[in-house]
Amino acid sequence: MSHRIVLGAVAYDPKVVTIWDGFQRFFALHGLEFDYVLYTNYERQVEQHFAGAFDVAWNSPLAWIEAERVARARGRKARAIAMRDTDCDLTSVVLVRQEGPKSAENLRGKVVGVGASDSPQATLLPLEHLASLGLEPGRDFEVRRFDVLVGKHGDHVGGERLAAQALVRGEVDAACVIDGNHLAFSADGTLPRGATRVLAQTGRFDHCNFTVLDGVNEAAVARFRELLFGMRYDDPAVRPLMDLEGLKQWREGRTSGYAALERACERFGWLTPFLKHMGAA
Amino acid sequence: MNAPARRLELGSLGFDSGASTLLALELGSLRAGESVEIRAEAADLASQLAAWARGRGHRVEELGAGRFQLELGAAHAARRVGAERAGRAPATDVAARPSQRWGLAARGALVEAGGAPFSFRLATADEAWFAGAPELYRAAAAAQWDPGTAIPWDTPLEHPAEVEDALVTVLTYLIENETAALLVPARFATQVHPQFREVLQRLALQAADEARHIEVFSRRAALRRSELGLSTTGGQASLRTLVEEPDFDRAALLLGVLGEGTFVNLLTFLREHAPERCTAELMRLVAADEARHVAFAMGHLAERIRHEPTLLARLASAVRERHDTLRATAGLNEEVFDALVLLAAGAFAPDAIARGHAAVVELVAQMDAGRRMRLRKLGFSADDAASLSGLHTRNFM
Repeated sequence: MSHRIVLGAVAYDPKVVTIWDGFQRFFALHGLEFDYVLYTNYERQVEQHFAGAFDVAWNSPLAWIEAERVARARGRKARAIAMRDTDCDLTSVVLVRQEGPKSAENLRGKVVGVGASDSPQATLLPLEHLASLGLEPGRDFEVRRFDVLVGKHGDHVGGERLAAQALVRGEVDAACVIDGNHLAFSADGTLPRGATRVLAQTGRFDHCNFTVLDGVNEAAVARFRELLFGMRYDDPAVRPLMDLEGLKQWREGRTSGYAALERACERFGWLTPFLKHMGAA
Repeated sequence: MNAPARRLELGSLGFDSGASTLLALELGSLRAGESVEIRAEAADLASQLAAWARGRGHRVEELGAGRFQLELGAAHAARRVGAERAGRAPATDVAARPSQRWGLAARGALVEAGGAPFSFRLATADEAWFAGAPELYRAAAAAQWDPGTAIPWDTPLEHPAEVEDALVTVLTYLIENETAALLVPARFATQVHPQFREVLQRLALQAADEARHIEVFSRRAALRRSELGLSTTGGQASLRTLVEEPDFDRAALLLGVLGEGTFVNLLTFLREHAPERCTAELMRLVAADEARHVAFAMGHLAERIRHEPTLLARLASAVRERHDTLRATAGLNEEVFDALVLLAAGAFAPDAIARGHAAVVELVAQMDAGRRMRLRKLGFSADDAASLSGLHTRNFM
């Protein structure tokens, strides 16, 4: 019997269409009927997942937490079924100018630039980290948001780049970026050599996952996972797709890397409006 | 992780100053599963090294302050799995049937598998390549000239206004001919498989030559006149058959051997009868370029015919078909013919005009002789060469 999977994903960039079209061709070659629905924001995607609009969600870490919390409130079950190798064990850093504050404590009274307000890596996690060090955002230091494409949970790099540029120009005293963007901004000259340094680094956290809810067609999901895990980076037919999606290998979904983000959501009350909207608060 | 096989000292190098380059060099000598110890003095390297390794599928562990162990992931060598060489680099060793999957790769490059195939239409050595192409390309590259400095633009123009009008009439005709001669190689350049790169480069230079010719003819025409002459439907119909010819061999014959070959005679005539030094010099330079174009077309077709003698019949039909298509058109613009007579005469006196007319008749005979000689060289019989030359467009190109 042939299986069918409909995926929900957020269109954070035009390349998203290229990516999922590529997956559609790949799955079709292997006999799995695959289609996708794009949303402009993760909150709509989570809402529609519960409305049964699709089978599998490609969720940001924040969207995963939202889905998991709604599921729990409704007596349902959300499951992370796969993720990229590059979704595991990330960190974010708080950057300052070379002559800037010597310790996190010295950020008191300063201005900290962050990414989009719903970005786990460039806003919620680093602010949670600073809060865990005793620095309350908004009370002990001012937060300057570089809100680019809110609703896309920071998938767009723009906000982080603006924060980094503001740091270099002296408009903020610190900037929060994910380690991968710290690397990219160092390599492309956004952060001039020797101009900045790392003041603080978060613990490791995980990023996106494929999420399913209970009641999904398990046989179709099993085939979906089987095909994903069968993708090999040394297979020239799928490598361009893996390059586009930014991974070398698919891994089992794990949810142990979202604890810090859950703490951040609790601390900042981030989830409350959405959970209320979903009748889950 | 296995014990590190090697050690890499990064010193103070960070990712903001090229650490990734040294890392890539070092990892190039490792196999998947082998690891290297990295020692670094740069602050903040740990988080960036972790991100760098993660994005490339390597594992990394921090051993202590400024010490890391990085294990090479399997993905590192993946791009070379199934990769193949795009033939061999020397021009003496081009592939007979290069793969469309080699695409734009340099001849001899290692091509990653999995790319979408291109659709180059001229994709076999038989169709596109001939051994003399590299030498003809080198000669063309060496013979490029700068229109700004190669031509004495400040030459005094003291000839009669009527002679200048005649020259502008001819220049107008030349510009549209050279436009056709630019479009033809430019179009075939997009169809040649890059394995035959010297052919591609030659075609590109030919198009560049024509671009320069259009420039110098236009610039010369504007020296004393603000308006150009007449572009006729007959002239354009003749050129259209060249521009729309889809076959590389037939185009080489019609444009290169017959059209540009005939033009070499015309340009030489214009140099000899130029009213001043500026025009004489630019005609000389343009004729030299056109002679190279003829040599390229001759070289290509000679090789093609050697491999496929029946091609001669196909080429002959190209000439006949073009003639049939143009049968109802007027041929050479009368104004151009008269202008050539006037340029050769240099004056209005009846005996001068008679001399001019005789010179143009002699030019047409030379053009015919040249075409017959080139057709004979390609292997046509004397009778066929004479008949085909006679069918060549009266528009010259």
